[in-house]
Amino acid sequence: MSEKATYRPEGINDAFVEGRADDAPAAPEAGPGKPPGGANLPTLGWRGTLRWTWRQLTSMRVALMLLMLLAVAAVPGSVLPQRSQDAAAVLEYLGDHPTLGEWLDRFGFFEVYSSVWFSAIYILLFVSLVGCIVPRTVAHARALRNRPPRTPVRFGRFPATAQARTTASPDEVVEAVAGHLRGPLRRLPTFRVDVGAEEPRLGRPATRTVAAERGYLRETGNLVFHLALLGLLVSVALGQLLHYRGQAIVTEGRGFANAVVDYDTFDKGAWFQPSSLSPFSMTLDAFDSEFASDTVAFAQARDFTAHVTVTEPDGGQQADQIKVNSPLTVDGAKIYLQGNGFAPEITVEDGAGELAFSGRVPFLPEDTMYTSRGVVKVPDVSEGQEQVGLVGYFLPTAVVEEDGSARSVFPQPQNPLLVLEVYRGDLGLDDGVPQNVYRLDTASLTPSVDEDGQTTKLLVRPGETVELPDGLGSVTLDEDVPRYVALDLRYDPSLAWVLTFSLLALAGLAVSLFTPRRRVWVRSWETADEDGRAVTHVELAGLARGDDAGLQREVDKALAAVPGLDDVTPADPGAVDTSDDDPADHQRTATED
Amino acid sequence: MQIAELSVLLVWGAATALTIALVAFAIDLGRRTEERVDARAETRTPAAVGAASGQTPAPASTRPAGEAGVDAAAPRRRAAGIAMSTTWLGTALLLVGIVLRGIAAGRTPWANMYEFTLVGSFMALAVFLGMSLRKDVRYLGAFVTGLTVLFVALGLNVFYVAATGVQPALQNYWLVLHVGVAICATGIFTVAFVASVLQLLRDSRDGGAPYLLRPGFRWLDRVPTPTSLEGLSFRLNAVGFVLWTFTIIGGAIWAEHAWGRYWGWDPKEVWSFVIWVVYAAYLHARTTRGWDGRRAAWFVIVGYLCVLFNFTGVNLIFNGKHSYSGLETDATGGA
Repeated sequence: MSEKATYRPEGINDAFVEGRADDAPAAPEAGPGKPPGGANLPTLGWRGTLRWTWRQLTSMRVALMLLMLLAVAAVPGSVLPQRSQDAAAVLEYLGDHPTLGEWLDRFGFFEVYSSVWFSAIYILLFVSLVGCIVPRTVAHARALRNRPPRTPVRFGRFPATAQARTTASPDEVVEAVAGHLRGPLRRLPTFRVDVGAEEPRLGRPATRTVAAERGYLRETGNLVFHLALLGLLVSVALGQLLHYRGQAIVTEGRGFANAVVDYDTFDKGAWFQPSSLSPFSMTLDAFDSEFASDTVAFAQARDFTAHVTVTEPDGGQQADQIKVNSPLTVDGAKIYLQGNGFAPEITVEDGAGELAFSGRVPFLPEDTMYTSRGVVKVPDVSEGQEQVGLVGYFLPTAVVEEDGSARSVFPQPQNPLLVLEVYRGDLGLDDGVPQNVYRLDTASLTPSVDEDGQTTKLLVRPGETVELPDGLGSVTLDEDVPRYVALDLRYDPSLAWVLTFSLLALAGLAVSLFTPRRRVWVRSWETADEDGRAVTHVELAGLARGDDAGLQREVDKALAAVPGLDDVTPADPGAVDTSDDDPADHQRTATED
Repeated sequence: MQIAELSVLLVWGAATALTIALVAFAIDLGRRTEERVDARAETRTPAAVGAASGQTPAPASTRPAGEAGVDAAAPRRRAAGIAMSTTWLGTALLLVGIVLRGIAAGRTPWANMYEFTLVGSFMALAVFLGMSLRKDVRYLGAFVTGLTVLFVALGLNVFYVAATGVQPALQNYWLVLHVGVAICATGIFTVAFVASVLQLLRDSRDGGAPYLLRPGFRWLDRVPTPTSLEGLSFRLNAVGFVLWTFTIIGGAIWAEHAWGRYWGWDPKEVWSFVIWVVYAAYLHARTTRGWDGRRAAWFVIVGYLCVLFNFTGVNLIFNGKHSYSGLETDATGGA
């Protein structure tokens, strides 16, 4: 028994691998691959222990355990907030659950997919995969040149069998079946076929045999799938190392250059090369948005388009547009439209009449009506003036209720209104500490209040100038309200590889699952019946890898290729029993499938 | 009458037809059970004889044991006939309802949970009816129609939203491909799940599980052997798994276009990954000694529960980029 000749992982249950040519599929108990018991361990020695460990790691059972572990380990990342997606949510969670949160954080539950334990599982899984797939690839490369296994002596125990009698000679039978199994394409035969002859044996006269095998692509597909997964892992890792990603907020009429300093946020992989930043620049010419105005889906977004002009490094200019589902590609980098909003142009003069602040302030939308929140931090430019913070909302289509509260009822700027609260005090603008431009910590500041002690709310419409309370100066809202877009620029040179390996994996998977791997054997011999006429007996057997509903049909089709079948005469009552049994079986099997 | 309202009416009609089918399938299973009580010993015997003769043991043992009685019982299976015709009717009504929904909304009719439920149910029914053209799988009918009636009713009562257009992130041909293939896979997984549940029940009854030996579970003797149910479940799951792989790859390509990254561990992506790994584990378990048969079937159950959770739980509980049920006012539509 050549157990070493064909590699198979520890614990695989596969009748096809185990079924040897001279015997029917072995019962599982008889399989040679009983795992060594734990009791044997002490006598193995360190080398033996290593080998044992490696065999265990590459065994089917451990691969299965690791797969299950991987599925379980992925779940917490969907339940708990993750830093890579929403760092603010993680902070909030840590604030709400101080003790539990700290422990979860210690074990990496807020970065599940880069945590030690998650990485350990998938790395072990891939090690197991390599340990399993590489020897299998070698074995398969050898098996690809193999001839079909010898015709078994007995056909009885095979999952699909057929037999018949014919008037054609065994030579004709064998030739016809072999031709049928090879198929119409000479260069690309369906089955690999060997035709042979046997000496008289087991009460049979000399026989002609056919041994045929098909579906070598099944294992090829299986290996391609697993190797492609490996390639996918490597490509994704390379992409992580080489990529960069920058985010910028750009208002209409303004632009940005593809340089690290021009981005609001910029992150990069460990192997990032500054030279991969192509020095182009881009201007946002205009931004269009469309919203549904019907009652069913009122105010739902329908279309966003950013009209831009790209200036290439060589000075060439071209107009283009970016939409939500169609990023703009410039020199291998993709620019995505990730968000949009209003950036009203606000001018503040201080109590001394000096210009203290002027600029576009992006307001972040907080709901579908674009009720947008923003902050203006005004420095102290004149002697004796305080720093002023304006906090409030921009409402594109404002409706002011009788009680003075205002809300937005449509996302387009049909009736824009700025609602501001005024704070004064030390905003920390002179400390040199970087601040979040969208937040103002009002705890240490003094709010301006009206006679009732309520916080004053200033309502400013486009083109209006409104006096600030407490003699702090005035605020002016420009007639035009520019739009802004949040752009996300990403460069990942591994994308093409990731896609290639994904598609290879898909193709390999489909081939390995849907290609039948079958062996068919035929034996044919000649006897004489009672009247002395020559009768040719034909027996067929089929074996398939795994679950194969079409095996019996394959055997039946091969039988149907035998010439002269019509002349089957039930001359011998003893033989009728067996040969009569079968066609009925086949018919039923065929209709079942 | 508005097209959208007509669509809803047709879906209600489909639910009604499928309920009738469910009752008829159940009656059929019950009837066959009564016949079976007497015939039980007899149908077992031919299989035993076949195995003893040593001629064709495998076909005999893999063939559903119930098949032997099919021909004899055929004339009396009026309930099954009614069930099959009402299933065809209900499926056709559902299809027309889905098409009208698409016309009313002016787009592919699978962009929110309600539509996903309808099309997923339709796919499960289509897979069942498609199989029934090639062989007798009527024993699955009660369960497939039962599940789809449940899904469609849930869709109409809980997930329903008015027909309308979609937000910019969903305006892409990948909506047709990615979501369409995901729904196909879900429909196939549904039927495979039914087969695996029946496999486990039948296997437990054959193994003498006390609860399943009660007379109320006699109908289990009418379903095919655990071995052939396992084979059926595997063939379906293999197709479903390949489709699910495509769903994930297509989703990654689309995410690369729409969100600027192909994979971001969004809750929906996490659960799609979990489903993929569970079904991959199932395929491995089938070929692992000691894990095939019953244990492998449990993977199908777990996998399908993950599919259901991915559809309901992930859409409704977690706040991710895939929250497009349209049931709440989500702020993601703006940016």
